[in-house]
Amino acid sequence: MRPFESIVAEHGARVLRVCRAVVGPIDADDAWSETFLAALRAYPDLRPDSDVGAWLVTIAHRKAIDVLRGRSRAPLPVGDLPDAQSRIGIPDDDGRELWSAVAALPDRQRLALAYHYLGGMPHAITAELIGGSVESVRRAASDGIAALRMVYRPTHERSTS
Amino acid sequence: MTTILDDLSRVDSDHLDELHTALAAAATRDELLDVAYRTVDSPVGALLLAATQKGIVRVAFEGEDHEAVLDVLSTRLSPRILLAPARLDAAARELDEYFAGRRTSFDLPLDFSLSGGFRLTVLDHLRSIAYGHTESYSEVASAAGSPRAVRAVGSACATNPLPVIVPCHRVLRSDGSLGGYLGGLDAKRALLAMEAAA
Repeated sequence: MRPFESIVAEHGARVLRVCRAVVGPIDADDAWSETFLAALRAYPDLRPDSDVGAWLVTIAHRKAIDVLRGRSRAPLPVGDLPDAQSRIGIPDDDGRELWSAVAALPDRQRLALAYHYLGGMPHAITAELIGGSVESVRRAASDGIAALRMVYRPTHERSTS
Repeated sequence: MTTILDDLSRVDSDHLDELHTALAAAATRDELLDVAYRTVDSPVGALLLAATQKGIVRVAFEGEDHEAVLDVLSTRLSPRILLAPARLDAAARELDEYFAGRRTSFDLPLDFSLSGGFRLTVLDHLRSIAYGHTESYSEVASAAGSPRAVRAVGSACATNPLPVIVPCHRVLRSDGSLGGYLGGLDAKRALLAMEAAA
């Protein structure tokens, strides 16, 4: 069995991307830590032929759901929806514009997008995690990307204008 | 589409380092960190230091291939291994002092769980060979209670999991020649020269 350190080194960035997209950049650090702490606890019992990436994304999903549930009981700090028109062309150095656009997506679109495009998981794994058919998950992921394109202008397109 | 994903994917490596440090601290707090490790620079090359919750369990020379050593620790002790320098701060400091000629013995908790039987008896005796002194393999065999087990003493030294701290470099052939050393003969020569000069 590989030392756990090499698991963190290989998958740390991927898990952070997933957590950020699902719970937002503020809570992502906690979700990341909870994910790897739970993974470290369970690691010695992981079957040797397991897909470590899928295993971690599954744990991250559960931890992120915990964070989202905790929020729905507490007052929601993210009430600030993006104002698409006025923000276009304004540099988004701290990423606030991007993350509020992601936060405004319906849950299914956000999770489907996060696990496939950022977590590198096949849609079938997302379907196992959030329910529904593989096709509906595929559609949710691409609808999510399309919705982001409506309101968010990538940073690299801004320098030319 | 790709460029939105580029923006979503941007991860700062300093940020990941901070998360890693916090993870190591949380794992220590929850007693999940079975093996902590770090590397330190030394006059005999980079040394890997690894510690369990009991104490220092492994010191490894560069030539032993640190990745391979960690793989062995993962198999023999536990795969719950993280780069976590804090647990090895005292060891790093004492080694620094030793290599600077300011320390002649180590005062560190040691974990001998990688050794057993006669090898452990030999290692135990090695700890009593004082700084700047040497013994022959056959003297060590006698001291360990098996005067004829000279070859076994040689293999106990060659597999010492805690070189430098458990001073197998202080064991020579009866004719005064160096014998072997898992850190390479240059390292053994350097350690003996340093101790003789101090």
